[in-house]
Amino acid sequence: MADATAAALHADDHHYTATGLPSWKVGFWTFLGSECLFFGTLISTYMVYKGSSVQGPYPHEILNIPLTSVSTFVLLMSSLAMVLALDGVRRGSKKLAVTWLAVVIVFGSIFLGFQVYEFSHFVHEGLTIPRNVFGSSFFVLTGFHGAHVTVGVVWMTTLLVLALRGRLPPSKALSVEIAGLYWHFVDIVWIVIFTLIYLIQ
Amino acid sequence: MTNLWSWITTVDHKRIGVMYFLTSLFFFFVGGIEALVIRVQLWKAEQALISAELYNQLFTMHGTTMVFMVAMPMAVAFFNYVVPLQIGARDVAFPRLNALSYWIFLFGSLFMNASWFVGSAPNTSWVGYANLTSLQFSPGPNVDFWVIGLSIVGIASILGGVNFITTIVNLRAPGMKFMRMPLFTWMTFVTSFVLVTAIPVIAVALILLAFDRFFDANFYVTAAGGDPILWQHLFWLFGHPEVYILILPSFGMISDVIPAFSRKPLFGYPVVVYAGVLIGFIGWGVWSHHMFTSGLGPIADSFFVASTMIIAIPTGVKIFNWLATMWGGSIRFTTAMLFSIGLVAVFTIGGLSGVMHASAPVDLQQHDTYFVVAHFHYVIVGGVMMGLFAGFYYWFPKVTGRMPDETLGKIHFWLALIGFNLLFFPMHFSGIYGMPRRTWTYSAELNVELWNQLSTVGGFIFGAAAVVWAWNMIRSARSGAPAGPNPWGAATLEWSIPSPPHHYNFPSLPVVRTREPLWHEEERREVEAVTLAEPEREPEMPRPSFWPILVAAGATLTWALVMTGIWWVPLTGLAFTGFAIFMWAFENPFGKKAGAHHG
Repeated sequence: MADATAAALHADDHHYTATGLPSWKVGFWTFLGSECLFFGTLISTYMVYKGSSVQGPYPHEILNIPLTSVSTFVLLMSSLAMVLALDGVRRGSKKLAVTWLAVVIVFGSIFLGFQVYEFSHFVHEGLTIPRNVFGSSFFVLTGFHGAHVTVGVVWMTTLLVLALRGRLPPSKALSVEIAGLYWHFVDIVWIVIFTLIYLIQ
Repeated sequence: MTNLWSWITTVDHKRIGVMYFLTSLFFFFVGGIEALVIRVQLWKAEQALISAELYNQLFTMHGTTMVFMVAMPMAVAFFNYVVPLQIGARDVAFPRLNALSYWIFLFGSLFMNASWFVGSAPNTSWVGYANLTSLQFSPGPNVDFWVIGLSIVGIASILGGVNFITTIVNLRAPGMKFMRMPLFTWMTFVTSFVLVTAIPVIAVALILLAFDRFFDANFYVTAAGGDPILWQHLFWLFGHPEVYILILPSFGMISDVIPAFSRKPLFGYPVVVYAGVLIGFIGWGVWSHHMFTSGLGPIADSFFVASTMIIAIPTGVKIFNWLATMWGGSIRFTTAMLFSIGLVAVFTIGGLSGVMHASAPVDLQQHDTYFVVAHFHYVIVGGVMMGLFAGFYYWFPKVTGRMPDETLGKIHFWLALIGFNLLFFPMHFSGIYGMPRRTWTYSAELNVELWNQLSTVGGFIFGAAAVVWAWNMIRSARSGAPAGPNPWGAATLEWSIPSPPHHYNFPSLPVVRTREPLWHEEERREVEAVTLAEPEREPEMPRPSFWPILVAAGATLTWALVMTGIWWVPLTGLAFTGFAIFMWAFENPFGKKAGAHHG
C-alpha cells in the first residue's frame, strides 16, 4: 500500500493525477486520435473516388508535384522550428522562443500562401468543387487540412505574443508542448496527403 | 435570476449531469409523442389520418430524437453525475469543456427541432440514405436542418468522449486501479473510446452531404461519378459502433445494480470487463450487415455474417455473468433490480433476433420490414432504456437525497414491461407477413391490422408508464423518505459520501484497496472516515464560467449560417466563436491571476 499512501499525500493538490501525466496532455492525445479518424475518413473518400471523375480536369493534368514539394518542405521545416521553440521555452530563453515561434508562423503562412495560389490556379484551370468528384474530394480534404494549419498559425501567434510579453516561462512549457503536438499532427497528416494524392497518382 | 445564472454558468459535473438528464427526458416525451402519432396512423389499414409527408417527418424525427437526443445524452447524464463519484474524483478532467458539451448538445437539438415550427422537419429517416437526401430529390430545407443539427450534436459527443477518457485515466483516487473500477465506469470508458473514434466518421459523412447540398459538390451524385453507397458505408461505420455506444452504458449500469441487490460481488468481474472491451472492438467490424441488400458480393457478405455472429458471444457471456451473479444471492426486488432483470430478459430476445438477421440470406427476407423494427426496439428500448430506468432508480437517492417511491416504481416497471412487449412483439409478425418499415399506410389484404392494433395499444401502455415515471420523479424528489449516504448497502465509492453530495464531492481523496470498498468492514471504516468528514477548509473548486455557453452559441451559429450557402457568412459565426475561445483560454478557472490552459 506504500504507493497508494504516497499518492494520497498529493491527493489534495490540484495537479494530482493517477498517471502522473497532465490531464491536458492525455485529453489532447485523445483528441488527436479522434482527428486521425476524421482525416482518415476524408482521405479514404478521396481514395475511393480516385479515377471516378466523368470529366476533367483530372489529377495528372493539374497537380504540380515540384511546386507542392517546395511547400511540403517548408511545412516540414516548420515542425523542426516548433521543436526548437519548445526547447527555447523550456530553457527559459525568451529570444529562442520568440525566434522559433516566429519561424513556425512564417513557414506555416508560406505553406498557406502556396495553397491559396494552388487553389486559385486550379479554379482558373476550371477545377472547382462542383466540376467533378476529384474537385469535390480534393478541395474538401486539402481545405480542411488548410483550415487546421490556419488554426495552428493563430495558436502560434497567440503563443508568440505571450512570449514577447514574457508570459511564457518554463513553467508554461506544457502550453507550447500541446500546441506542438497539434502542429506536428497537422504536419504528419500533410505527409500522408502529399504521398497519396500528389506522389502516387 | 441569480439561481438561473448559476445553472447557466455552472461547471459542476453533478449539475451538468442533471441538466443532461432533464433535457433528454424532455426529448424522450417529444420522441414518444411522435411515436404515438405514428401508432395512431397505423391503427387501421388504408387509413389517412395524417399526410404521408407528415408521417415521413414523424418517423425521421422519432428515430433521430430517440438516438441522439434521448438515449445518448441520458447515458451521458449518468456519466457526468456518477463516474467522478465512482472513481473518487472531485469533478471531470475539464469542467468547462463539459459545460460546453452540454450547451452544444442542447443548441443542436433545439436547432433541429426548430424545423417543426417552419413545417419542414427532416423527412429522410434517421439513416438519411444518399441520394434521397440530395438537392435533386429533397429540395426543401428539411435535410438541411438534419445535416446541420446532427453535425452540431456530434461535436458535443466527441468533446464528451475526450473528457471522460481523460477523467477515468487521470482522476482515479489513489488505489483505484483499472481492475478495481466499478463496471459502470468501465463501460463509460469503453463507450468514450467508441465515441471519439466513431463520431468523426459520421461527421465527415455529414460534411460531405453538406458540401453536396450547399456548395454543389458531387460526393453522392451518381451522374458525376459519386457513389451513394459511400454514404451507407460511412453512416454504418459510425452507425454500428453507435449501437454499442447506446447499449454499453446500460450494461455497465446493471452490472452495478445486480450485485448491489444480490448482495454478491459481480460474477467474473474481469470477464465482464473484457467482454465489454471486446464488444467495443468487434463493433467496428460488423457495419456492412446493415447493407446485405446493397450487393456487396459473397466475400464481403460472408465476412460480415461471421463477425456479426462472433460479436454475439461476448454479449452472451455478459448475460450469463449477470445470471450467475444473481444465483445464490439474497435478492431484493427493488424497482432498479426489476428493470435490470427486465433488461436481461428482454434484451436477450432482441439479441436473438439480431443473430437471426446476422445471416445474409435471412436478412434479405427481413431487411426493411417490421421484423427489423421489432429487433432494434427490443435492443434499444428493451436494452438501453431498461438499463437507464434501472440506473435512474438506483442513483436517484444519491442525486436527490430522497428515496424513489417503490410502489409507483413497480407500477412503472410492470406497465413498461407489458406495454413494451405488446408494442414490439407483434411487429415480428407484421414484419414476417411482409409489412415494410417507414410505410405511411398498409393494404388491408396484407392481414397485419390486428398486429398493428396490438402494437398501438402497447404503445399507449408504454406511454402511460412514462407518465408514471415522471410523476414518481416529481413526487419522490419532493417528499421521498430521506436516503442517507448508502440506502442500498451498495459497495462502490459513490455511496460513501452524503446524498446529495457536497459540491466538492470528497473532502479529501479516499484510498481504495478492493473492488468493493464498502463491503469490507475495515476498508469501509477507513474510507468513510475520509469521505464523511467535515473538512476544516472546503476544497477549492473551479469557478463558474459563461464562456462555454457562448462558445456553444457561436459554434451553433456558425453551422446554422452554413444554411445560407454563401461561403463567407459562416465565417462571421466562426469569428465570434474564436473570440469566445480566446476569452475562455485566458480565464483562470480558479479565479486568481490570469493563466492559460486549465481546460
